[in-house]
Amino acid sequence: MDQRDTSNPSLRSDILRQGAAAAWPICLGYFPIGLALGVLARQAGLHWWAVALMSIMVFAGSAQFICVAMLAAGASVPSIIFTTLVVNLRHTLMSSALAVYLAGVNQKFLAVFSYGITDESFAVNMTQFKKGHWDRWRALVVNHLANSVWILATVAGTLVGQFVPQGAFGIDYALTGMFICLLVFQLQGRIYLLTGLLAAVFSVVWYLLIPGDSYIVGASVCAATLGYLLKRRYRRKK
Amino acid sequence: MTFSDYFFLFAGMGLVTYLPRTLPLLYLAHKQLPQWMIDWLSLIPVAVLSALLAPSLFVDAEHRSFSLGKPELIVAIPTLIFALKTRSLGGTVLVGMFLYWLAGIFM
Repeated sequence: MDQRDTSNPSLRSDILRQGAAAAWPICLGYFPIGLALGVLARQAGLHWWAVALMSIMVFAGSAQFICVAMLAAGASVPSIIFTTLVVNLRHTLMSSALAVYLAGVNQKFLAVFSYGITDESFAVNMTQFKKGHWDRWRALVVNHLANSVWILATVAGTLVGQFVPQGAFGIDYALTGMFICLLVFQLQGRIYLLTGLLAAVFSVVWYLLIPGDSYIVGASVCAATLGYLLKRRYRRKK
Repeated sequence: MTFSDYFFLFAGMGLVTYLPRTLPLLYLAHKQLPQWMIDWLSLIPVAVLSALLAPSLFVDAEHRSFSLGKPELIVAIPTLIFALKTRSLGGTVLVGMFLYWLAGIFM
């Protein structure tokens, strides 16, 4: 599957088309968030080129929001970088899970691909890999399309963001809707349903009790581990 | 802040964003993963999705308190049913947006 000939033009357009078909909900969802980030960044005194630079060098929505807020509050550079690290540690988990489907792929490709691993691209690509008929090139298209839209949206936000009405057409719900459906795709048996329910309960409780963003990694690891142990016990009993 | 101030800030942020995304993949993609780890990792997507979604539906972010009345949650119920019935990603996104837009008008 990895030896696809990407120099074949018809195949290449297939890859682009299918990648785009999978990525559009992400792009739709990124647009209002990117605009909002641009508006906030402008209010915090960042110019459009600084926002462009940030979105290119740091493709990480939540960390960028936090950075803008910290800049506005006059935080120091090391503290912003440290916070970014903490917020983005969750991607180690997603990167690890993707390794199952990208086994043996050359390092150069992986180095480029991993730049675009976000919550959203991870969710879409994992779902597609699991369904089959998906490969690393299509996954790469998803990552880079999402990134391009993100860069455009954040820069647009600094320039015209204040003229765009907030919450138009319910677009703020695009990513939530996407996550709901991708979650449904993942429920392929009792153990997945159970793990999902555990993660939901853990994440809400964790979020309520512990400040910060550790709830994503914490709840995911606890739920997956518990789910795995239950599955193993069930198997042994049979 | 000058260009170089921004550049060094974003370079630092970029590095700590990139390394957690790339190191596990570079390391694990060239290793024979044990079966238990593959089984465990196969539960990660559902767990991550659920952990990302649940607090946005059940928690009032402003006060960081539990809530069962958020429009996000109320809209999520028909959206979930639509996703279960149709298994259409695009359709679910659009239905969710439409209902959320309606909720914004009527709630």
